[in-house]
Amino acid sequence: MAELTWISRGRTRRSTRTVRLTASAVVVVAVALAVLIVPPLVQLDEQAVDLANKLQPPSPAHPFGTDDVGRDLLLRCVYGLRISLLVGLVAALVATVIGTAVGAAAAAFGGWTDRVVMRIVDAFSSVPHLLLGIFIVAMFRPGVWPVIVSVALTHWLSTARIVRSEVLSLRARPFVDAAISGGASRRRVIVRHLLPAVLPQAGLAAVLMVPHAMWHESALSFLGLGLPSHQASLGNLVQTARSSLLAGDWWPTLFPGLLLIVPTLAIAGLAGAWRERINPRRRSELML
Amino acid sequence: MARMTGRRALFAVPVLLTVTFAVFAVAAASPFDPVKAYAGTAGLTASQDTLDQLRANLGADQPLVARWWNWLTAALGGDLGDSSVMRQPVADVIGERIGWSALLAATAFLVAILLGTALGVLAARRQGGLLDRCVSSAAYTLEAAPAFWLGLLAIWFFALKLGVLPAGGLTDTASDTVTAGQVASHLVLPALVLGVSQLPWFFLYVRQGVADALDEDPVRGARARGLSERTVLLGHALRSGMLPMLTLVGSRVPELITGALLVETVFSWPGIAAATVQAATSVDFPLLAALTVLATAAVLAGNLLSDLLYGLADPRVGFDG
Repeated sequence: MAELTWISRGRTRRSTRTVRLTASAVVVVAVALAVLIVPPLVQLDEQAVDLANKLQPPSPAHPFGTDDVGRDLLLRCVYGLRISLLVGLVAALVATVIGTAVGAAAAAFGGWTDRVVMRIVDAFSSVPHLLLGIFIVAMFRPGVWPVIVSVALTHWLSTARIVRSEVLSLRARPFVDAAISGGASRRRVIVRHLLPAVLPQAGLAAVLMVPHAMWHESALSFLGLGLPSHQASLGNLVQTARSSLLAGDWWPTLFPGLLLIVPTLAIAGLAGAWRERINPRRRSELML
Repeated sequence: MARMTGRRALFAVPVLLTVTFAVFAVAAASPFDPVKAYAGTAGLTASQDTLDQLRANLGADQPLVARWWNWLTAALGGDLGDSSVMRQPVADVIGERIGWSALLAATAFLVAILLGTALGVLAARRQGGLLDRCVSSAAYTLEAAPAFWLGLLAIWFFALKLGVLPAGGLTDTASDTVTAGQVASHLVLPALVLGVSQLPWFFLYVRQGVADALDEDPVRGARARGLSERTVLLGHALRSGMLPMLTLVGSRVPELITGALLVETVFSWPGIAAATVQAATSVDFPLLAALTVLATAAVLAGNLLSDLLYGLADPRVGFDG
């Protein structure tokens, strides 16, 4: 009996997992197509004001409705997602490069370097990320780069930890010993043997970081500390929708938020599958 | 235990020193100029001599380390400087607002723990069942949903559509006294939103803990003794499944602060998190610096609480950390 339930449970799990994986892949591809192809292909001005059609609820002509000056919200959301995604990607990339460099250096040099660097990482992990991000943005505002730097500087810490522990465990492996006794320089060991081996882990961390970075950018933009309003991200769209919402119109708020949630879940689904592949022992339970 | 508390307090000193120094270093590297911030629009017409005089008075002409050290020694004496946006000493701003933030955070935590435990037990009872799959999917979705967005939708639904709860603030605009009843009705929505935004973690933790406990020997033993399913679930599985979650509550302080920054702003709640955002928007460095350090101290205290509770709950862990 016990075995039977285990088997059946395993089977349902596997099929739901496949469904989830397929759905995630479809969403990610759809999002990529939407943000890459729609803007150059559809020669429409997402800023086109149409005061005769302001605050129209969702309809076949405007699937997401229109905002308070009559701009089509579907188009605005696609452009917003494009900007959010771009900022998230760049920030995650910068954070991953910093984190990998710091983590690999700390583990490869060891001793005092390692201790001091990791204590600094610990210290900065004690500041809530959004708060540290708000502080950095407040000091360097306005513009796109302050936002990217703020998100990147608050996100490299976990990557540094992951890469460091990975390099530490790799250093004890025979192939590294063999390389060292074969006369490889420290630089060659790091670049040729250690870094390629940590790349899958760092890559996974980077992929998981993208939705996180998008979330941070949106929060900053919503608080009025993020991107300038002529480069409206999803967070800016929610921010500007606030006055319409207080007048009772829900759609300018609802859709940008949904466009933030759906890709996040899809990327988490894909990353969960990837993690299971490179590290099958761990169940992808708490994946966000 | 006292020794561990002492050791951790000692560890907190370098952390806080590093963070305060980094705060000053970031400000020094930024285009932010304390003199211009202090002088405001008057700074545009003031002569260079006046500005230089002001710079010397504010101590802004000193090197970074000296400014940091002056701030640090003054802060230890209770003087955190003056907030330009609130037009009062930083210490007063914090004193007036921290109570409201604590009230909001405590209520939200209570909501998250109670709801998370109830849903977690129900989901773990039949893992993979319909209820489990629905609630778990909802939890993942909620975890991805920004708290400010949830807050706005809650305002739309409860305050505008149903008209049952106020949309924000601490009291009605018409009243100028703060009564308990008014505060309670204004607390419901922000506390609910902040609690729900923290819910996924609590729920997933309890669900996993109870589900694991249900597979373990004590539960098998209890079932073998013929105890009712209710006693097994609530008396045995929940007790061992919830313990790790309760002890880890302290480590949720960073997420709680993050949520509070957004929720307090959406609901115009007069707490320190909303003040942080105001300080950031108007580049009020003294207030922003003090609140960043305060938040870091809160996170460290939360971590310590977690470790202490864990040691108390599980004697195998001990207090050596």
